Amino acid sequence: MFRYLIRRLLQMVLTFFGATFIVYALMFANQTDPIQALAGERPITEAQRQALTERYHLDEPFIGQYWHYMKSLLTGDFGISLTNRKISEMMADAWPVTIRLALIAIVIVAVVAITAGVISGIRRGGAFDNVTLVLTLIVLSMPIVVLAPLARLIFGIQLGWFPPTATRDAGFYELLLPALVLGSLVVATELRVTRSAVAENLRSDYVRTARAKGLTRRRVVGVHVLRNSLIPVVTLIGVDLGNLMSGAIVTEGVFNIPGVGFNLFRGIRTEDGPLVVGFVSVLVIVFLMVNLLVDLLYAALDPRIRYE
Amino acid sequence: MLGKRPWKVAAGAAAIVMLAAGCGSGSDEAEGSENTVVLGISEPKHLIPANTTEASGSQVLDSLFYPLVDMNEQKQPIEKAAESITSDDNKVWTVKLKAGFTFSNAEPVTSDSYINAWNNGAYGPNGNDGAYFFERIAGYPDLQSKDPDGEEGPQKAPEPKAKTMSGLKKVDDTTFTITLSAPFAGWKSVLAYTVFYPLPNAAFSSPGVLNEQFEQAPIGNGPFKVVGKWEHDQQITVEKVAGFKGDPVKVDGITWKIYQDQQAQYADLVAGNLDVQTLIPIESLGSAAGDLGDRLKKSPSSDFAFVGFPTYQKEFAKPEVRKALSMAINRKEMTDQIFLGSQTPATSFVSPVVAGYRDNTCGESCVYNPTKAKELYTANGGPAEIKITYNADGGHKAWVDAMCNQIKASLGVNCTGTGEPKFADLLTKVDAKQPVGLIRMGWIMDYPLMENYLGPLYSTTGGSNYYGYSNPAFDSLVKEGSEAATPEAAIKKWQEAEDILAKDMPVLPLRFGQNTFGFSERVTNVEVDLFKKVNIFKIERVAS
Repeated sequence: MFRYLIRRLLQMVLTFFGATFIVYALMFANQTDPIQALAGERPITEAQRQALTERYHLDEPFIGQYWHYMKSLLTGDFGISLTNRKISEMMADAWPVTIRLALIAIVIVAVVAITAGVISGIRRGGAFDNVTLVLTLIVLSMPIVVLAPLARLIFGIQLGWFPPTATRDAGFYELLLPALVLGSLVVATELRVTRSAVAENLRSDYVRTARAKGLTRRRVVGVHVLRNSLIPVVTLIGVDLGNLMSGAIVTEGVFNIPGVGFNLFRGIRTEDGPLVVGFVSVLVIVFLMVNLLVDLLYAALDPRIRYE
Repeated sequence: MLGKRPWKVAAGAAAIVMLAAGCGSGSDEAEGSENTVVLGISEPKHLIPANTTEASGSQVLDSLFYPLVDMNEQKQPIEKAAESITSDDNKVWTVKLKAGFTFSNAEPVTSDSYINAWNNGAYGPNGNDGAYFFERIAGYPDLQSKDPDGEEGPQKAPEPKAKTMSGLKKVDDTTFTITLSAPFAGWKSVLAYTVFYPLPNAAFSSPGVLNEQFEQAPIGNGPFKVVGKWEHDQQITVEKVAGFKGDPVKVDGITWKIYQDQQAQYADLVAGNLDVQTLIPIESLGSAAGDLGDRLKKSPSSDFAFVGFPTYQKEFAKPEVRKALSMAINRKEMTDQIFLGSQTPATSFVSPVVAGYRDNTCGESCVYNPTKAKELYTANGGPAEIKITYNADGGHKAWVDAMCNQIKASLGVNCTGTGEPKFADLLTKVDAKQPVGLIRMGWIMDYPLMENYLGPLYSTTGGSNYYGYSNPAFDSLVKEGSEAATPEAAIKKWQEAEDILAKDMPVLPLRFGQNTFGFSERVTNVEVDLFKKVNIFKIERVAS
């Protein structure tokens, strides 16, 4: 177990450097004229262009810029954005609200997907199964750029059940609507996976044995079937947690939440390399940690799985 | 009946009162019962006067600072923080400050507050967005330096010759003189702009060097001061300064709420969480009249949308071809169908909001006349293929496509709209003189003078003249106007210059913008000015 952990952590270091390098290279390739992008349509004077170019090392070649960036990153300094703000401060502002949003979304998704998935897995072909099938197909086919403004219009403005926008210090209630919208991205897939896993496991030998032992139906489904069916679902939830954090660009924009997705969008639009790479670096770490956690959870769910 | 069951009536009345009280306190909690308003903006780029040229930042600075002059309804500059601004020759201007003004940290406002702020703003290596406003002041070039081997070269630019402009001289604590490098009759109007605000000594960490943290909570000489700090991407809260000497304000505080998305802002306005939105997004215009009723208003703005002809391409070298294209499009149809009447057709080369504007200076060339357009176009050998290049991130596709369809229908030539990801990409291609076809352009004025349109857009050295128009006669008329003895004489020269544009047709005027703004039931006297800013001196809360 210990050796396995060490091996994984070492792999993570490599992945981290590889990922930041690729992202930095992509941002660099995308960069045509960040100073003009920042100024919008205003003309820029020669002196100003010169001053900003030097301040942000924009005149140096790719390797030079990357070297400057990594040097300060390794000392814990994320640098300054092209809008002259400390990126570490921007992250401290942006991450908490995005994490809250993603956690609320993932909890809602897990509860809904697993409950509904188990029920429709047990009563395959029943009314509940068919209704959830239709509903999940509708949600799956609706892109979030439609769903988010629609939810804001109906529940935020017309019915007035939820506030139409949320702030950085938003509580559970303000984040509920955005979290529901965000969760709809992944709930359908997770529900379908739970359903098929439960359906498959119900027919397996150990379930027949458990039944033959005279165990109650509740115990058979709740312990034997569910624990084994959760493995693919947990994998999916782990990957989705990262997706929800990075994929919140649309949702955070629509509900005016100044989180990670919003900052990424702004950084890409203004060709702000350090800003994007900074946020992506942390995202990469989040992805790696969550995946490690998921792998460790396998062992807890299925005692047959051991790590050496 | 009533008499028989008095307790029932009483209970019913009590229940209604409690319900009403419940509702009342509920909404009070949300909005706060004090005399404050919530106004929507985007995230400002900076909150340093000389570095602030976009609407959101300068809107916030308006509440924190008090200008030397402001423009009145007749577009004439009137003194505010200045007692008088005078000049005998339009070259040396004497500014006398009103006594008794202080910054919100109790530091008195003196001549040095202005001189230090302006020198810092103009100093090249500081890279301020608004530095070009100081260009007219004598000694400005000494504060700039040129990179000896160009931007890409390894050498760093040398330090500029001077740190202070020779044109700024202190006479005493409340008087200073500004010497311009050339006479300019409109200088007093220019001083109304954001970049000319003073800065307190507290803004500098050492003489001439701005404190890095200053813009997180700027200290100004205005009617409001920042509470706490600039909460990035969220809000900036300001409260009234007690004992402010300038014009009185009618609210005790303003929360500048920051939005990334215009439609999210509109949702908050309709849901009652926001008091004013200065720009209703075009997607919501259809429903806005129903949502807001008479709280949806329009006011003039300085926006001018046009299309530039790449005069460096020989297909577009003939003014007749350019005129034919202009006659081929129906401006009115475009503003009505696509902009739902929120913009108006443009048939002049400067915006109606500046003094000296005349209707329809473009004349016949801007009147929709497809038959004449086709005749003129074929007679002068116009190109068989027209391209209109625009930046795809600005919502321009709809009208560019409409314009193309009109050109196709009128002239029978093929026309395509080409989107570049960003305006910067478009400029890169234009700078390289690539055949981009017609170029989508827009302009918002910096100060309300005709010259602010004529100079940057059409003169040979104009900062925004990307399409390469150059006419020496025009250039000298603009210059003569700027150096004229009186504003009236200046306008006369500028109008003559505009007449040349009508003959040469370097651009195709399309639309003049309007502010389409909305406000909540809680506020009244909402005015949005030419710069898309809410008048913070007039807005007040409805007594409730």
